[in-house]
Amino acid sequence: MHSFNKSINYQDPSAEGYYGDFGGAYIPEMLYGNVETLKTQYLQIMQDPAFKAEVDALLKDYVGRPTPLFLAERLSKEIGATIYLKREDLCHTGAHKINNTIGQIILAQRLGKTKIIAETGAGQHGVATATVCALKGMECVVYMGEKDIERQAPNVARMKMLGATVVPATSGSKTLKDATNEAIRAWINEPNETHYIIGSVVGPHPYPDMVARFQSVISEEIRKQLKEKTGSELPTHVVACVGGGSNAAGAFYHFLNEESVELVAVEAAGYGVYSGMSAATTQLGKPGILHGSKSILMQTPDGQVVEPHSISAGLDYPGIGPLHAFLYESKRGTFMSATDEEALESAFHISKIEGIIPALETAHAFSVLPKMNLKPTDVVVVCLSGRGDKDLATYMQAMDLQK
Amino acid sequence: MSRLSELFEKQSKRVLNVYCTAGFPKLNSTLEVMGSLQSNGANIIELGMPYSDPLADGEVIQSSGNVALANGMTIDTLFEQLATMRNSIHIPVVLMGYMNPILQYGFEAFCKKAKEVGVDGLILPDLPLFEFEHLYGKTIKENGLDFVFLVTPETPEERLRKLDSLSTGFLYAVSSSATTGKDKDFSKVAVYLQRLQAMKLKNPVLVGFGIKDKETFDAVAAYSNGAIIGSAYINALSKSVSIEETTSQFLKSVLS
Repeated sequence: MHSFNKSINYQDPSAEGYYGDFGGAYIPEMLYGNVETLKTQYLQIMQDPAFKAEVDALLKDYVGRPTPLFLAERLSKEIGATIYLKREDLCHTGAHKINNTIGQIILAQRLGKTKIIAETGAGQHGVATATVCALKGMECVVYMGEKDIERQAPNVARMKMLGATVVPATSGSKTLKDATNEAIRAWINEPNETHYIIGSVVGPHPYPDMVARFQSVISEEIRKQLKEKTGSELPTHVVACVGGGSNAAGAFYHFLNEESVELVAVEAAGYGVYSGMSAATTQLGKPGILHGSKSILMQTPDGQVVEPHSISAGLDYPGIGPLHAFLYESKRGTFMSATDEEALESAFHISKIEGIIPALETAHAFSVLPKMNLKPTDVVVVCLSGRGDKDLATYMQAMDLQK
Repeated sequence: MSRLSELFEKQSKRVLNVYCTAGFPKLNSTLEVMGSLQSNGANIIELGMPYSDPLADGEVIQSSGNVALANGMTIDTLFEQLATMRNSIHIPVVLMGYMNPILQYGFEAFCKKAKEVGVDGLILPDLPLFEFEHLYGKTIKENGLDFVFLVTPETPEERLRKLDSLSTGFLYAVSSSATTGKDKDFSKVAVYLQRLQAMKLKNPVLVGFGIKDKETFDAVAAYSNGAIIGSAYINALSKSVSIEETTSQFLKSVLS
């Protein structure tokens, strides 16, 4: 089903940030200095033992890592395979996003930055950024689409309570894509003191690689935990939802070069892939450039970026990280999708049979399990990227409709 | 010799490049705006191709781009409009835009067509040096188009020299690291421009970002070959009832 090319190292992009044809740093000259500094220093900083120790200590005592790998017995029985859940929902702030913000805030300190900016869609990355800024006493400004601010009031309140300034993005479609534009512009306008914490494996090189590396703790732990539980470090499948693709990149990372492991990325199909209201980027997109990298992008025939739709704000992005575009193009990854309705169904079902209310994003990953033709001998790890508290309003609405 | 080189040979000081958005304020006002700019004293026209996500631009230019897109502007339509451009426009015309719409049009086809309609050069702020050298620069040169790189006060000298060596036509000096349409501290800008002058670059230098009136134009023209005005003119156009009247008043106030 999946294809594997032994000559490719899927983990590491080229020196200029390319995974195959995807990646690079398509940025205006005004950002060159900042991005170049990051590019020349991120690996060195990340490999410094003192840096690693500082990150690891916070991941352990503040975030609560390692997160459990949980054998979902009822789900396993139902699907007819062994299903493990990687419990990123148990991270502090309720999702995997903080793995990256912890790493980047310490990196920002090493670079001598005093101010942090970030973009956010649903607010999860904004909250994770505001949290680490509070922890480190750094000024924090979060850009958020005006529409998303209306839709995600609890997370806006959280960010404010944590001391962050939330700036509405009023340009374009007033959602995540525009919040990202505004954050990049803010960075252009004050590049010297500011570090931009991008929340996903998108943006100009080195962000996709840097964020993937900070999130790779997910698969590093999966390998150890699986070994303890099954005797083998390798599952047969890893399943994760993909918007920009940060939890998937983290869950796939240490399996990218393992031929036997099938990597399943689940995109949001919205009302249906071809309904015109979808965020299934690999199915609907073409190669293009957005937010500083070349990847697969949903766009009009004239190359204007299209506003996607998904019920989950975290998957509502017209692009996909360049690593994922490469996994798609090279067929190393298996790309599937789930509709809004399927995701809602899964969220309710998983809540009932496992006692875990997943985030709407994560619910998409569960929706494909019955379609994967799994065998009883298969061992599947699903990245349970976030908890569903933030989606309660949507879930309540769905329950009202079912009445 | 290219139109841009000819221009700078004749005029080395106070060259005024004015930015306008294709398809703004009306879909078919592109040539009217360009004609007005030419007859009222602009030396170069920087014609912006609208894009949904213009990272290097501020609010004013993005809004004009949104209007143009809503008007139905596309690269195809633009080239149709420009097909007769050289019947009336004799000053250099430089296309400014972002990579994605051009890639969808086809990069090579775009360069060919641009040359064919009489465009002189390109400014593509999200085409970086590495990709220019390895992928796209050759196509631009082969089609006889000038290419203008941006430099900023933070650009290190070695890189600045490289960007200058690869640019033709002129070099675009961003007055400070900022998006378009922001106010600047012009005493700092002067120090930066004097540094550029002392470097004896290959290309003439035009200064952009934050140039909005006579005062700011004079401030940077003193230490460069001229300047680029964008947001201030678009602002004036967006409130305008007559393109000719607005353009005439605007350029008079800048050049007086």
